[in-house]
Order: sequence, then C-alpha cells, then structure tokens
Amino acid sequence: MTVRELMTKLTDPEYLLKHNILTFVLKKLLLFTGQLGEMVSLAGKTAKWMVRPPLDLRLIVKQMEEVGYNSIPVVLITSIFTGMVFALNSFEGFKRFGAESLTGTVVGLAIVRELAPVLTSLMVAGRAASAMAAEIGTMKVTEQIDALYTLATDPVKYLVAPRVLAGLIMVPTLTACADFFGIAGGYLVAVRLLGANPYIYINSTKSFLENSDIVGGLVKAAVFGLLLALVGCYKGLTTEGGAEGVGRSTTGAVVIASMCVLITDFFLTRILLG
Amino acid sequence: MLIRIADVHKAFGPKKVLQGVDLDILRGETMVVIGGSGTGKSVLLKHIIGLLTPDSGEVYVDGQAVTTLDEKNLNLLRRRFGMLFQGAALFDSMNVEDNVGFALARHSLLSPSEIKDRVAECLDMVGMPGIQKLRPSELSGGMKKRVGLARAIALQPEIILYDEPTTGLDPVMADVINNLIIEMQTRLKVTSIAITHDMVSAYKISNRIAMLYQGKIVEIGTPDEIKNTRNPVVLQFIRGESTGYLHQGGSN
Repeated sequence: MTVRELMTKLTDPEYLLKHNILTFVLKKLLLFTGQLGEMVSLAGKTAKWMVRPPLDLRLIVKQMEEVGYNSIPVVLITSIFTGMVFALNSFEGFKRFGAESLTGTVVGLAIVRELAPVLTSLMVAGRAASAMAAEIGTMKVTEQIDALYTLATDPVKYLVAPRVLAGLIMVPTLTACADFFGIAGGYLVAVRLLGANPYIYINSTKSFLENSDIVGGLVKAAVFGLLLALVGCYKGLTTEGGAEGVGRSTTGAVVIASMCVLITDFFLTRILLG
Repeated sequence: MLIRIADVHKAFGPKKVLQGVDLDILRGETMVVIGGSGTGKSVLLKHIIGLLTPDSGEVYVDGQAVTTLDEKNLNLLRRRFGMLFQGAALFDSMNVEDNVGFALARHSLLSPSEIKDRVAECLDMVGMPGIQKLRPSELSGGMKKRVGLARAIALQPEIILYDEPTTGLDPVMADVINNLIIEMQTRLKVTSIAITHDMVSAYKISNRIAMLYQGKIVEIGTPDEIKNTRNPVVLQFIRGESTGYLHQGGSN
C-alpha cells in the first residue's frame, strides 16, 4: 500500500468506523486525558503537602541524596564530554570562516541555556524517575501503599512530596554543576587540544554570557526536576499487575519523563526568550 | 454493634464483586468471613478501613459513616484500626524496629526511647523478641506475618483486620498465628475481622463465621451453626468438595 492510498483510507470515515480505528483512537485519547487529569490531581495534592508543615526533613534529605548526590558522577561525565564534543565541533566549524574566537561563546551559551538543563534532566529521568517508579510500584503491588493508608499516613505526603521537592531542588543544583563542568570540558578541548588562545576563549565565554542565560537554564531545570519526579511517582502509584507491571511502570516513567522534558523545553525556551 | 456494613455494592468495570453485603460486627467478637478465591473477601475488608469506597451502600464504624469522613477524620478513624496484610506488607526499606514503630513515630507523642520500648513489647507479644535490626528480606513468611501483627497492634487498636492470616504458612506456623489472634482478642480485648478460606483457622479463632458467595453474605452463625448448616453452598465450601454449586477455583 502506498502512502497516498493509506492517507486516503485514514481520512475516509467509513473505513475508520469499519475497522474500529476511530474507536481505538478515541479510547487512547480518553485514556491519555484521564491520565493527564490524574497527574494534575497528584500535582495538586503534592503541592499541598509540600507547603503544609510538618515537613519530614529526614525523608527530604534522603531523597535529595538519591536524586542529587548519587547522580553527580553520571551528570559530571555527561556534561564534561558534551562540552568537549561541542567545542570540538564548533571550533572546526568556525575555523572554516576564521571565527574560532567565537567557540567559547557558543559552547557557553549552548551548555548553560540548553544542554546542561536538558541532559542533566534526561540523566536524572533515567536514574531517579525510573527508581521512583520501581520503588513505589513495588510498594503498590505488595500492598505497602495500602499499609501506609492503614497506618493513617498519606502516601502522597510520605512518598511523593519529598521526591518532588528533591527533584525541584537537586536538578537545578546538578545543572549548575553541569554548567561549570560543561564549560570546563569545552575549554580543555579548545585550549589544550586544538590550541585556542586561553585568554580569548575565557573572555569570549564571559563577555557574551549573561546572568539571565544562567538563571533561565536553572529555571528550566527546576521545572524539569519537578516534572520528572512527578511522573516517576505517578507511574509508581498507578502500577498494576505484579513484577511485570513494575517493569512497565519503570520503562513508562523514563519514556514519559524524557518526553515531558523535551516537549516542555521548547515551550519554556519560547517563554524565557520572550 | 461496632461495625455495620449496609447493602454495600462494588464493581470493578463490568465485574460485580459485592452485590449488597449486609454484615454487623459486634464489639469484642472475632468475625471470620469465609468464601472462595476471588469472591471479594479482601475487597470487603478494604471497605471497612476506607481503602475502597462502595459504589452504593455504607460502612458504619461506631455509627460513623466511613464514606462521609474527610481525610483528617478518616485518618483519625484508621488509628483505631490495625491491619495484617496477606503478605504482611512490611516496608522493605526499613528494619523491623522502624516498621513496628512507624505509626508510633508519626502519630504518637512518645519519645524515641519510649517507642523502642513499645516496639520491643509488641515484638515480645508476637513471640519475636530481639529481631529489631533485621530487614524484612531476612524474615520467613511466618516471621513477616508476626512482625506485621506487631506493627498492627503498636498503636493499641480497638479493631484488627486480618487478610488471610494463615495463607501460605505451614500448619504449625498457621496454628501459631491462630493462637496469636485469639490472644489478641482475650488480652487486648480487640474486635477482630478475619477473612480466610482456611476452615481450621476459621473454626479456631472465630466467635461467628459469615460466608460470602456471589457478592452477598449467604450464611452467618457460630462455628457450630456453620458446621451443622444445611446451606448446600456453605456445606460444599466447608467440606472442600470440588463438585456442587461452587466451581473449582472460582467464585460460583
């Protein structure tokens, strides 16, 4: 079947009805809106518990360690190598029209505004959001969530709020580290490997990089941190069906959190750029 | 009467699980609800403590309608309950001490050392002294259930719910759990509701037995009355016969 034939069929209501495609699409759409509604509701409950004392500092610090401290190695390696490869590519590109001195500016801007927040968030999504979904999902299928309720403890307060707070605080913190190490990686390659003038490189990085670029990147990272923790917890809390279900939730958490990061990134960038 | 379950209906999608359950539980008694796998016994138990909400009907605890309670009052009500889950549902991120002391640390004004003492007392009561520092993964099935029971009684509840307390245990360990349930009732004067399909356990621990079949309570009586019932469904179930009204491995 050619693409044209396929398009004709897919735009023919009779064909769609006959093959239940319309029902299938509508069902999927309903499921999606339902899940979106549940997630918004979870976000609302979480926000309530995040501001209502008493906050359990021990739980929050534990999650900050899990989300932030334990992610440091992977975020550092990612950011250093991203800075290095970006410097390598842009230096070679700029060399073609004699503008190597711009390498520092481009690497700095790209890292701070885009690469550090997005890559850090994707790494944390892979590490922490999946772990959240797996841990809470296992608790769900082994009735530990029900046990929390019976012990008069709201799982949103006990499990979700500390994780979302940790995401909100630690992803921007990790991004700030990634900013520094990404730029350092770029510097190493440009200056040590490709022979760029260190003074010009640093100057071009400093003079074009504004505070708003750094703050904008960190704001994005905070939104991503909040989103990915929320997705991880939501997938965990909605886990059904034993070990297989936990596996599905874990994969789903990484995929949805990563997509949320990339899609939100566009809109946030649009807003931040005015 | 402490708990009244009035015409409770519950369906999950097209599957009607509870179809008008009426059951009264008296203060201080041990009520055992029996029934085949998948008949909705656990669903019924979860309605009592507000983990599930009925589609219609109501559960009253001390005259309070559970579904009308807001979050704060529901949590206050839940502090009057203890629940032992089928798989014990111990928090595997914590050791035994933190599991048993969980509700005490969050809902009581006890100091950490008082909590430790109370945890030790609860573990003594279930015959598991000195295992405070073990993780749930280091415990056998029977030990987990006993720790689960210690956690359930930590806040000195008035009502204890048991979800299949002897399932998956060897006969000796099952009897240990049965004796513990009886001890809880005589020593702590709690009201107990247990669901099980283990008739040995049901006869031993109960003051009254109710049978759940096709979403309704079809028979209720003392263990002797149940043993001498003429209801063919109950007879088949308590005798464990594969032919009759109840299908093999099913609910009807």
